[in-house]
Amino acid sequence: MLNSLLMPTRGWARVAGYDVVTHGAEVRASVGVLTEQHGLYMRMTGDEYLEFFGQVYRLNSKTRKSRRDYLLDYFGLAGASSQRIGQYSKGMRQKLALARALMHEPPVLLLDEPTSAMDPESARLVRDEIARLKSSQRTIVICTHNLFEAETLADMIAIIYKGRILMIGTLEELKQKVLGISEYEARFSSNWNGEKLNLPAGVMLVEQSASSLRFRVERPPEANPLLMNELMSKHAPLMAFQEVPRSLEEVYLKVMADAQASHAEMIHA
Amino acid sequence: MRDDLQMVWLVARRELRDQFRDWRIMTPLIILTLAFPLLMNEVARNAVAFINQYGANLIVDRLVPFSILIIGFFPITISLVVALESFVGEKERGTIEPLLSSPLENRHLYFGKLLVGIFTPLVAGYTSIIFYVIIVSRQHLHMPDAYVFVQLFMLTTAHAILMVSAAIVISVQSTTVRAANLLASFIVVPVAILMQGESALLFWGNDQVLWLAVVAVIIMASLLIRVGIAHFQREYLLGREFDTLNLRWMWKTFWGKFKGEAKTLGSWYRLEIGRAMRQLAVPLVFIAVFAVVGYLASYQWATVNVPRLLPHATAKDISEIAKNVGQSAGIAQAGQHLSALFIFANNVRATLFVFLGGIISFSVLGVLAFLLNIGLVGGVLGIVKLMGYSPTLIFVAGLLPHGIFEIPALMISTAIVLRIGAVLVTPQLGKSMGQMALELLADWAKVFIGLVIPLLAVAAVVEAYVTPVILAAALKQ
Repeated sequence: MLNSLLMPTRGWARVAGYDVVTHGAEVRASVGVLTEQHGLYMRMTGDEYLEFFGQVYRLNSKTRKSRRDYLLDYFGLAGASSQRIGQYSKGMRQKLALARALMHEPPVLLLDEPTSAMDPESARLVRDEIARLKSSQRTIVICTHNLFEAETLADMIAIIYKGRILMIGTLEELKQKVLGISEYEARFSSNWNGEKLNLPAGVMLVEQSASSLRFRVERPPEANPLLMNELMSKHAPLMAFQEVPRSLEEVYLKVMADAQASHAEMIHA
Repeated sequence: MRDDLQMVWLVARRELRDQFRDWRIMTPLIILTLAFPLLMNEVARNAVAFINQYGANLIVDRLVPFSILIIGFFPITISLVVALESFVGEKERGTIEPLLSSPLENRHLYFGKLLVGIFTPLVAGYTSIIFYVIIVSRQHLHMPDAYVFVQLFMLTTAHAILMVSAAIVISVQSTTVRAANLLASFIVVPVAILMQGESALLFWGNDQVLWLAVVAVIIMASLLIRVGIAHFQREYLLGREFDTLNLRWMWKTFWGKFKGEAKTLGSWYRLEIGRAMRQLAVPLVFIAVFAVVGYLASYQWATVNVPRLLPHATAKDISEIAKNVGQSAGIAQAGQHLSALFIFANNVRATLFVFLGGIISFSVLGVLAFLLNIGLVGGVLGIVKLMGYSPTLIFVAGLLPHGIFEIPALMISTAIVLRIGAVLVTPQLGKSMGQMALELLADWAKVFIGLVIPLLAVAAVVEAYVTPVILAAALKQ
């Protein structure tokens, strides 16, 4: 829908400043798309393929040549540019598809499940390439079920259920909103009985053992340095101080469970 | 325009290059293109020799034009797969999405694919024909003259355009290559039947009718292209994943449109028939103009040409014509009694023919059938004038009493067919072809059952029992 291929039944969307319903051609010209299926023509060579799409996007021959050479080189495909795409590995194919999506230097990049059905090595390769493409000049929208991928690549994350955005924000914001205030753990190199600590405002001790302490911290940027100072001043044998890991998966599962429960309630009512 | 052509050529060129690299397309195409002329030549020679053993007097030379027509046709049917696969094949291979996501317009994609679809069969067909001509020329057989050659090439081209344009429509509307290939028989079989007719014309040597066939086929192809582009929807190509035969949905769609908002028969007539008739206003104006022009043209033709032809006609010719007229339209079987039921059945059959002819030809054949009926009236009245009677009197006394019901019925049933044709070739956003076909069928059924049948029933009763009395009284005077 964001690429003006499917028409919305209601509502509106603007991509790169163009309305998706009334300015389909302009939207498509401003967007680079990479889908789950790479959609490559197997009998063409990598070079021919990019040349074809360069023409489709109406680039002049000089630009086509320079973009083609640059992208093939950038994605490490220059050596295989005259080989038929059918001979490429899965990772190479997805990288070529990504190169196609970037051929016309689109301000918006839509990536739909870019690494699904790929072996871990190829997926890593493609993920690294996507991370390299991040820039202030470009918006990248990734639609994925791979939460690790979202966590690694996204600046902003939206969780969508039955066509509605349930939640949107940075990873930290989502974690805070769904899982509550973050917890930090101080680990000690030897047992420490823990003298009475003077905790900074907004910090609460939630768990204590001989080798570690766990705190709930409301404003980590301000409170953590104070907290560590306090531990050091009490000569705690501090070995590590880190956030208790909380994954996007936990956020997602909780949000979905809540959404499904309220959906079931609605149907019941 | 130049940019459009460049984009069309870009799509076509990529596809052509892809095809030339696909041995699964090229190998059978080359083998059959070259083998079939040899095979045809041998079969024709042996068949003629075999039949001549038993005293027939056939010569191979007479078969040459016919063989050229067949030889041109076969490679087209084989390479039809290119057109059938054009959209649905790309969809199945997953290559359509990047193409649809690009700024290419629908017309670039459609005409690019159409161009390749037409180019491949034509090259194969022409190559096959040229190869056959070379074989035949080395056997010192009598070659058709240049005029016939041009005609044969035009026929082959028209067949290719017709079949490919239909195949592209199928390719856009199908969800799998398998379904598209199954539907291909709906193209090949009618064109094969058409070719049988053309072959008969070739043997008969009626080149004027053959030219008409070329024009008719090209008109049909143009309409198919128009339908294809009108119903080409990116959303449809991507959105549908499988075909299911959903009878309940089909019935609901049809019945919903047929019944509309009506609760009673009265409200159905008021609301639905009223709405249907408002939709028919413009087609009815066209039909009325066609009727007047058709009537006047045939009246004029009869009054001018019949006197010129009659002196040359022998008694045998006239008795032959009389016999043929007597046998047509079941008049001979009806005997002396043209019952109301017979007339009604005959007229219903005529309106159904208008409908069926109309839906297979985007209304062209339906309108032609209507013009034929109107032309007949004009011709008959023209002859009436030549016989010394007043055409106005015959019209008022012999036609108007039942015609006042029958002619509107015929006009309405043709107008709805004209509308169906017009809707089919017009883009209908947000509707699948199936939904549109069902809604149009419901529109037709509404008008046919609600208006045409009752009007024809009244007309039949009047024609059987009232018109003869009035006509007899008028003629006595």
